[in-house]
Amino acid sequence: MNIDGRLVRKESLEKLFKILKANNRTIVGPSQKNGRISYKMVENYEGITSEYIQTTQSPKEVAFPRTEKILDYSKNADGMTVKGINADDIPDIVLWGVRPCDTMGMGELSAIFNWDYRDEIYNSRSSRVTVLGFSCGKSDEYCFCTSVGGNPGNIEGSDILFTQLGENGDYLAEIITEKGSQVVSLASDLFEKAENIVKGKFLADVPVRFEKEQVRQNLEKYFDSEQWVAQSLKCLGCGACAYVCPTCACFDIQDEAHGKSGSRVRCWDSCGFSLFTLHTSGHNPREVQSQRWRQRIMHKFSYMPDRLSVYGCTGCGRCSRACPADMNILDHLISIQEVTV
Amino acid sequence: MDELRRRAKELLEASSVKVVIGYENGTDGKTRALFIENPADAGKLVFDSRCIMNLAAYITKHEVKSKGKMAIAATLPVMRAIVQLASEFQVNDNNLLVLGITPESKMIEFKDLTEVETFVHQYQIEIDSRNKEMLDRIEKMTPSERWDFWIQELTPCFKCYACRAACPMCYCHRCTVEFNQPQWIPVPSSELGNLEWHIMRAIHLAGRCVDCDACYNACPLAIPLNLLTKRMLLDAREHFGGYQPSLKAEHLMSTYKPDDKENFIM
Repeated sequence: MNIDGRLVRKESLEKLFKILKANNRTIVGPSQKNGRISYKMVENYEGITSEYIQTTQSPKEVAFPRTEKILDYSKNADGMTVKGINADDIPDIVLWGVRPCDTMGMGELSAIFNWDYRDEIYNSRSSRVTVLGFSCGKSDEYCFCTSVGGNPGNIEGSDILFTQLGENGDYLAEIITEKGSQVVSLASDLFEKAENIVKGKFLADVPVRFEKEQVRQNLEKYFDSEQWVAQSLKCLGCGACAYVCPTCACFDIQDEAHGKSGSRVRCWDSCGFSLFTLHTSGHNPREVQSQRWRQRIMHKFSYMPDRLSVYGCTGCGRCSRACPADMNILDHLISIQEVTV
Repeated sequence: MDELRRRAKELLEASSVKVVIGYENGTDGKTRALFIENPADAGKLVFDSRCIMNLAAYITKHEVKSKGKMAIAATLPVMRAIVQLASEFQVNDNNLLVLGITPESKMIEFKDLTEVETFVHQYQIEIDSRNKEMLDRIEKMTPSERWDFWIQELTPCFKCYACRAACPMCYCHRCTVEFNQPQWIPVPSSELGNLEWHIMRAIHLAGRCVDCDACYNACPLAIPLNLLTKRMLLDAREHFGGYQPSLKAEHLMSTYKPDDKENFIM
């Protein structure tokens, strides 16, 4: 694929932001609160944070919100009236400042929502998102994108990928899709002709730490391993890892009733919770935390590649950063690779 | 630290305990929980100012408890939590040995939990000046300003329940949020639902919270939810004759006394 590469001056980013706003685009970008960075609707360029290796929360909410109304209902004398959501009400969004691990993650999330059932709401939302990716010039010890098929300058999933050419430098903009070209057409002056810019030397160095295929193969024989208990002993059983993960897609369906009317909502759920698999009978097939931790790893590194041909992990490292007990997923994956079963 | 390692090794070698719970080096300069069953691993134990996680959250965890008698490296907040847990019949001298670490980083092996209680009673729970200032600021707000403050702080909560998981006092086998017949607290993250969860949590911890900040340290979004429990602690102190974790099962909020103040009832 021949990619159109342009030069965008450092100061042009703000102009691009303003032009997009002037064209009534809703912009969702990295925004800081209490020292943590999440993707939020931003009105002003100043509201965007650019100093981060990775954000605390993933951008998955643009397509898979934590809480989403599916339908409204009301009961009356004639029966029940149900009103579903109108896909036309879903806004077009420009997603600003996403790292390549997350742009790749959106593909993995789509694989889940289009596996045996095409999820209309998810697809309506994701099809309305234009992704402006930003390559990584820096990484930290939690990052491992290169072990799961990504890299700090990966174009996969971006409509335009910006790579900063050195600290405080200008940007190389790679225009990857038609959606990306549409953004360029709004502000074509800002996308200058670029002469053979090679981005490689400006990218973070993220060493490969394990072979994902080896992990997958080991997992096939690892189900009954004692290691799950040892690994998960310090796991506290919260849902932080799942909720910051760009590819965790499990949800719950809840009815929020108010007398004779109410709404049905879909909201995030996590396999780390004991309630997640609790049956009505009282039986819980995943009774202890080690079984829940195993499920998390198995799902991402065994079941997903088997069924969806994609891994469920992008190496963003968020789960490890967010974990209150310092369950470091990278350490665990390396130990699974090294195990002799 | 050397003494801690030496004693952990001895205890395991003599089978006096089955598991020693302490800290080891973790990722990015942090420390994390370590569970030692093999005396040879005692050298992995570390102890310094980075050890802020409240390890008492693990002593009520089924998988840890079921290993047999536990020894725990316990800082002051951990010891306070242990005393409170003991008063709620969650741990006792038969299943827990406390290797206390004093604020001066000295190790004291306590004979029993009564000794731990005596030790923690030497230190009043103090709220640090930064949080005290914040509490004063909130106190001075008008009700509508205060409402806006909490809506703004609590709306980002995505209900991962890391606060609950990291809290040594949140050991309920089934939490109120997990009851769905009826559904007391809404499951989805939403403005009011989040408020309900955090108020419920704070009230449930009134007169029990040992002010270790584990909830705040665990929150991936750094929501200052510990301000709620700190307020509860001050209120308990002011209105109910003070709070110190105590082995006596006379819990501040669940024990009625004829001379309890009732002036808050309108």
